[in-house]
Amino acid sequence: MSSQNPTTFSFTKESLKKQFRWSEFLAEKIISGVAFLSIAIIFLIFIFVFKESLPLFSSSKTVEKTEIQVTSTTQPETYGAPTEDLEPETYGTPTEDLTAIDVVETNELEPETYGEAVEELTVGTEEETPKITETNKEGKNNTWSTFLSCEWFPVSENPRFGLIALLIGTLKVTIIAMLFAGPLGVLAALYTSTFASKRAKEIIKPVIELLAAFPSVVIGFFALMIMATFFQNLFGYETRLNAFVGGVAMALAAIPIIYTISEDALSAVPKTYTEASLALGASKWQTAFFVTLPAAIPGIFAAILLGIGRVFGETMIVLMATGNAALNSANPFESVRTFAATIGSEMAETVFGETHYSVLFFIGSLLFVFSFGLNALAEFYVKGKLIKKIQGK
Amino acid sequence: MNTTTTEEKSLFFAGNTKSSDLKGRLIVGSTLAAVILIIAVLFLIIGIIVYNGWDMFSWEFISSFPTDGMTKGGILPAIIGTFILVIVMSLAAVPFGTITALYLTEYAAENSKFAAAVRFSVRTLAVVPSIIFGLFGLGFFIQFIGTGIDKTFNAGQLHWGQPNILWASLTMALLTLPVIIVSVEEALKTVPRELREASLALGATKWQTIRKVVLPESVAGIMTGTILAVSRGAGEVAPILFTGAAYYLATLPKSVSDQFMNLGYHIYIMSTQSSDVEKTMPIQFATTLVLLMLTISLNIVAVIIRSRIRRKKVS
Repeated sequence: MSSQNPTTFSFTKESLKKQFRWSEFLAEKIISGVAFLSIAIIFLIFIFVFKESLPLFSSSKTVEKTEIQVTSTTQPETYGAPTEDLEPETYGTPTEDLTAIDVVETNELEPETYGEAVEELTVGTEEETPKITETNKEGKNNTWSTFLSCEWFPVSENPRFGLIALLIGTLKVTIIAMLFAGPLGVLAALYTSTFASKRAKEIIKPVIELLAAFPSVVIGFFALMIMATFFQNLFGYETRLNAFVGGVAMALAAIPIIYTISEDALSAVPKTYTEASLALGASKWQTAFFVTLPAAIPGIFAAILLGIGRVFGETMIVLMATGNAALNSANPFESVRTFAATIGSEMAETVFGETHYSVLFFIGSLLFVFSFGLNALAEFYVKGKLIKKIQGK
Repeated sequence: MNTTTTEEKSLFFAGNTKSSDLKGRLIVGSTLAAVILIIAVLFLIIGIIVYNGWDMFSWEFISSFPTDGMTKGGILPAIIGTFILVIVMSLAAVPFGTITALYLTEYAAENSKFAAAVRFSVRTLAVVPSIIFGLFGLGFFIQFIGTGIDKTFNAGQLHWGQPNILWASLTMALLTLPVIIVSVEEALKTVPRELREASLALGATKWQTIRKVVLPESVAGIMTGTILAVSRGAGEVAPILFTGAAYYLATLPKSVSDQFMNLGYHIYIMSTQSSDVEKTMPIQFATTLVLLMLTISLNIVAVIIRSRIRRKKVS
């Protein structure tokens, strides 16, 4: 390749070609290979979360097989669960009636919440048991039929996995959180990008973004200890931990996301737009509201979508602040149980391979698909819209 | 920027907001109110946690073990556990994230479909709920890899196929990967084109240029990414719920195949599952204070480094 004679040097096609070096070649391949891993991770996450829920889709025979395999390898029943005896029976698990009531007695801080939840749920179990036994005889795959019911009793004798009940809870909390976080985040972003002076902007932006540094467990703790009591005294409702408290706490987690992305979108609106508007005699606020804001709508839309994604999948805050009882009511001041919180609180108690375990993983894949979809929508919608806007079509 | 003198004078109202325009004042006022409300709540949270946790917070608290069934004593094992977690996590995530960022800025062609796919994956990774990472850690690291190792090397004896520090750290590494990639990418972009060109013109190859010129120039960016990732990893609880966090351990972990205690998990457990929540309230607030101080100070450091990088880019 590089057999050029120095004395008769001339630029030929050969001499201008890049010299082949193994180190260069390897470096490039390894680096692209590592980059490829991030794509692979996305697929792996989906495959492995979905894989664990597969027993739900197969026939009853294979389900039994996997269970036998598991017992022979002596899998421990606890995942991430402490090995010490100190482990309490985890509150709010509706089905283990006796232990749940035990917890209520010892737990002096929030007796109302857990007590109420347990009462409601036990009543439900007694009433519904006969009906469900009939359907259970039809075969193992009836887990599917219970998905659309409104009852979430995963560990009872006739387990029912009513995803609707969890969906109601998740939606309730998400809506409440977005009602607070959406307007607040966007308005704050509008102020920062259009009205604030440069100096004020330099202070406000990092301070609000500091909120993103708050671990969700800290926000959850604050909601559990301070906000719950505060709101109960303010509104005088019965259940101390409820959807409203959880929603407001989650708004705190969603605000930095909505704020940052909206602020970026608002700042990216071309200067010519605002200058043209101001030159036509519009005042500053008119420009901000009728020119800048509409121009940044795609970005703000993306911000809201990503905010919803954050709230939808948030675990620790709901786990700590919403009371965790799957009730079917539209009342924002009652306890709720969301998809993510269900996974978080019940996974440690399930046995590898059983239906409950698979259902939790199935919920996980639903959550994953949902957040993936939201992100894709935010990304492609925004890109499409922005290109159209810039080209003036 | 054609700033007038009036704009510079007022800190909060730049521009020509006419004071007679009621509607305008209302609108501007509402946006300002949103900012003030958010910032007020932020400081309120910090204030309340500091106020309630300060009495308990002492050197003894952070340097001793919990005693009397976790109703007294300190949080040393939780701090150490968190520390080990973020170190192992960084060891995995930082090289991985840096290399991916290198690919995106140095190697990827402008219209490369592959690079677009990588970018999309990274952004998706950033929005996947943290509990999903926990499920993935359980399904992939523990059930698939861990159990696989046990079957092939340990003759089925359970050692790796259960929750431990390594699996928790790797799970957390995946979660914090986007944070590192974004920060490093930003830093790599601030390395002036001229530096690269000078190096290439002197006969250095692309890889040599990256190793000797680009990477040293972007060390600050890699540090920012690492600090932000550590701050995130120290605070997240959902991914380690079933991949390695333990309720109480009498000893410190000895190897990466042990379980560990964690600050965030400690707060969660103490405030929701403890037998006497009222009694341990000061411990809970003090633990929260420690965690919050840790994450906030890490973030402030990162913000400072980042603003220095940006200033360098401008000048």
